[in-house]
Amino acid sequence: MIAIIGLVVGVVLGLFLTPDVPLSLEPYLPIAVVAALDAVFGAFRAFLDGIFDDKVFVISFISNVLIAAMIVFLGDKLGVGAQLSTGVVVVLGIRIFSNVAAIRRHIFHA
Amino acid sequence: MSDPGPDDAPAPAADRPAERSGVDRLRRSFLSPSRGQAVVGVLVGVLAFAAVTQVRLAGDDDTYSNLRESELIQALNGLQAASRRAERDINDLEATRDQLRSSTERRATALEQAQKEVQTLGVLAGTVPASGPGIQVTVEDPEGQLSLNHLLDGIEELRNAGVEAIEINDRVRVIAQTSFEEDPEGVRVDGVVLKPPYVIDAIGNADTLGGALQFQDGFTDDVERDGGSVSVKKADRVDVNVTRTPVRPRYAEAVPGQ
Repeated sequence: MIAIIGLVVGVVLGLFLTPDVPLSLEPYLPIAVVAALDAVFGAFRAFLDGIFDDKVFVISFISNVLIAAMIVFLGDKLGVGAQLSTGVVVVLGIRIFSNVAAIRRHIFHA
Repeated sequence: MSDPGPDDAPAPAADRPAERSGVDRLRRSFLSPSRGQAVVGVLVGVLAFAAVTQVRLAGDDDTYSNLRESELIQALNGLQAASRRAERDINDLEATRDQLRSSTERRATALEQAQKEVQTLGVLAGTVPASGPGIQVTVEDPEGQLSLNHLLDGIEELRNAGVEAIEINDRVRVIAQTSFEEDPEGVRVDGVVLKPPYVIDAIGNADTLGGALQFQDGFTDDVERDGGSVSVKKADRVDVNVTRTPVRPRYAEAVPGQ
């Protein structure tokens, strides 16, 4: 319940504040969002599995975001930023898909 | 490992089969907020905030960011072709401009040279007035003893000394084709009868011209021996104002290409 309220509050804040992202952070934001999305789906799946732990969630959320940003940073420094970003998105996308599949099995039993 | 919440602890005993189902846990958690849910709510809020921001950023980008790779390549090819065309046009136009500029410069240079030549030839041919340093020679002949030869000698000496323009008595310009004839009243130069005293304006190096007339047994001595007198006046500026109309040569032809 509180999670849904947080979601709505976040969307509303994003829509109404329209914050300016610093230029140096701009390349990391999309990857960070995808990584956080992965963490959230993972947490949801863990919750449905009955193994959810908020501490684990917080740590995985933050570390996912940081690692994703670090990979992009590293890729930019190595000159393969675009390719590495694509790789990260693909990996996280696969994880999200598998998590969602598990969630689906829980909810729809299919 | 799992810690659904402190209030969940007694629940498993109450209805164990329902607790096993994730959906039931979900349903129950809607109704019973916990610390874990608050943390999740905050983080999910952060995620939503970032996601909305990113969506807005991506939407703000210019038109090219929405194109697929193949479309981008197409657009790029089009731009490259256009830029190549523009560069070719620029090169063509620059070449034309350079051609026009160089031809204009050539023409201007040729015109300048031609004008200089006209000036030079005009002075030599007597078609333009001339002025410059030189001498004014006055030959007096009170006894009527001087002949045409004296005058010709004088002119010849001046020519040897490098005179550039000569006129006599402000009436006749002396050039290469000038004729000299005897006349009862004096001399006839180019058909014009001149009477003494003869005043010869000569443009050239004044010292050289003066020296050419006054050396031992030269023009001055000859004239004075025959009863005349010669006075040579050097001037910084001698004007030769008489001009002749140019005459097209009847027999001589210029050899082209020289």
